[in-house]
Amino acid sequence: MLNSELLLKMYQKMVLIRAFEEKVSELFAKGKIPGFAHLSLGQEAVPVGTCANLEEEDHITSTHRGHGDILAKGADPKYMFAELFGKSSGYCKGKGGSMHIADYSLGIIGANGIVGAGIPIATGSALAQQQLGTKNVTVCFFGDGAANEGSFHEAVNLASIWKLPVIYVCQNNQYAVSTPASYALSVQDVSSRGSAYNIPGVTVDGNDVIAVYEAVHEAVERARNGSGPSLVECKTYRWHGHFEGEEALGWIYRSKEEVEEWKKKDPIPRFENNLVNQGILSKTDIEKTKEQTKQLIEDAVKFAEEAPLPDPEEALVGLFPD
Amino acid sequence: MREVMFVQALGEAMAEEMERDPRVILMGEDVQLGAFGQTRGLVERFGPGRVRNTPLAEVGFTGAGIGAAASGLRPVVNIMMANFLYVTMDQIVNQLAKLRYMSGGQVDFPIVIWATTGAGGSAAAQHSDNPAAMFVNVPGLKIVKPGNPYDVKGLMKSSIRSNSPIIFFEETTLGMMKQPIPDEEYTVPIGKGEVKREGTDITVVAIGCMVSQALSAAEKLEKEGISVEVVDPRTLVPLDKDIILNSVAKTGKVVVCDDAPPLCSVASEISATINEEGFDFLKAPVARVTREHVPVPFSPPMEKFVLPNEEKIINKVKEVAKR
Repeated sequence: MLNSELLLKMYQKMVLIRAFEEKVSELFAKGKIPGFAHLSLGQEAVPVGTCANLEEEDHITSTHRGHGDILAKGADPKYMFAELFGKSSGYCKGKGGSMHIADYSLGIIGANGIVGAGIPIATGSALAQQQLGTKNVTVCFFGDGAANEGSFHEAVNLASIWKLPVIYVCQNNQYAVSTPASYALSVQDVSSRGSAYNIPGVTVDGNDVIAVYEAVHEAVERARNGSGPSLVECKTYRWHGHFEGEEALGWIYRSKEEVEEWKKKDPIPRFENNLVNQGILSKTDIEKTKEQTKQLIEDAVKFAEEAPLPDPEEALVGLFPD
Repeated sequence: MREVMFVQALGEAMAEEMERDPRVILMGEDVQLGAFGQTRGLVERFGPGRVRNTPLAEVGFTGAGIGAAASGLRPVVNIMMANFLYVTMDQIVNQLAKLRYMSGGQVDFPIVIWATTGAGGSAAAQHSDNPAAMFVNVPGLKIVKPGNPYDVKGLMKSSIRSNSPIIFFEETTLGMMKQPIPDEEYTVPIGKGEVKREGTDITVVAIGCMVSQALSAAEKLEKEGISVEVVDPRTLVPLDKDIILNSVAKTGKVVVCDDAPPLCSVASEISATINEEGFDFLKAPVARVTREHVPVPFSPPMEKFVLPNEEKIINKVKEVAKR
């Protein structure tokens, strides 16, 4: 199931996501990125453990906090940075920005700036996969906040009655903006809501990439063989704020101790140690991976910085295809 | 040519397109039943995979239609009453209208959101709206609103074939209207209006259910010596400005009729367009015939009072023609 080649790829991907977002944080603080940046630092195990189960033709939808999901599905950091900089060579020609990155050729059918809105869309993607007779599946990433949106309930019910090949992956990072999941959720585990829609629901340690991989693996198998949707909740934590720079607005809603406690559960060194103990990864490999990733990110930023800004009139292009 | 009813013409359009293209699916509340008769018989012909009854969950199934459109299907999503479109606003306005643009044109959304609209049967305010103008106000949607059986069939066929997102309004009050339509296949292009009646004194631009009322008003006005030209834009986005401006250039006077509230309406937009681009043709200010700006009331005399009708068109045309 999990050979060392795949494990190494997963490790590299987690390191890549971490480096990408650390760089975004740095560039945002320097005022080099317009708009908002919602980072998922600390949550890397969820998208990586999930997407390691997917083929290129499988689809994902993502959220406003989607960099990790998108990179895990195979997006190129070069075009992501270009998009974050508002350049025409970005994934969305500078029209979408951080919250709306898509690459349909890689099955990334869109991050989404509206909480919960991607859930029905993912469900429809799975409807198309079923109706067209493919064996493909759709993974729908969403957060604990979205689990309280009506769109979640309507879409999961629909997928259940139609037995659609969709896997709902809840990245429960404990906070919807500043509101804790412990307050806003009527249940302890989002996964328990699966029973209301007659689909399997499971909660896993979202900082354990293998646990995520295994839970999603089972759900993907079910979806591919026509048994319908599943709900996988991954309990994790976002280290940074809802968006970069929120501290400047005086947004304080978590204790330092709480953040530090979760940082001790960092999914990357945990996986690293696991792989070292298994003899799959050496100290030299670790150094090399981090060095190569750093270079990749530097190159991507350079590409984005050097790319030309769009001609303003490009704003008028691309509304309709016909 | 055969005499065909409005609802029947709409059903024929869907059946023909489903026959032509296996990617076309129909989904919505009670589509297997065919609430107003439009889709009756389609599930027997195409099966429950392609004619899908949905739960009463407008956000869920509209969003699913959007996701399906992005992933290879060509869905027709039925919203039984246009008022229920409000429930789906995020999916239509934030998602459907924007996703192509925001992705830099990576993907098309070949979807038709089809809703019935109109008032006149004491359905009261939550079942009588005509919200077309709200959607006209959203960049990224094409809006179609046909006024007779020939157009409804031809425009539905074009809408299903279009790769753009379409909001297709079906006028309930026209359901039983009959008209001869060709036996052979035809389509009506999106974005092209039609002069429904030639005239020389005044132009009436009429939308949807107002077209037949404007034509009937024109017959009566002819007898009183006023020659009315009736123009039906048929598509509200994109709007066929040329056909309207050409007619105004000929007549110099214009009344715009739309069965919708007047503030920021399609009638306002057409009026503004004429003022901006056809001012030199005008011999009188552009006038409008619309609903009163209140929710549609239940009681028949009040309902009749707030809705536009043939008599109101006649009065407004006479008023403008005199100037």
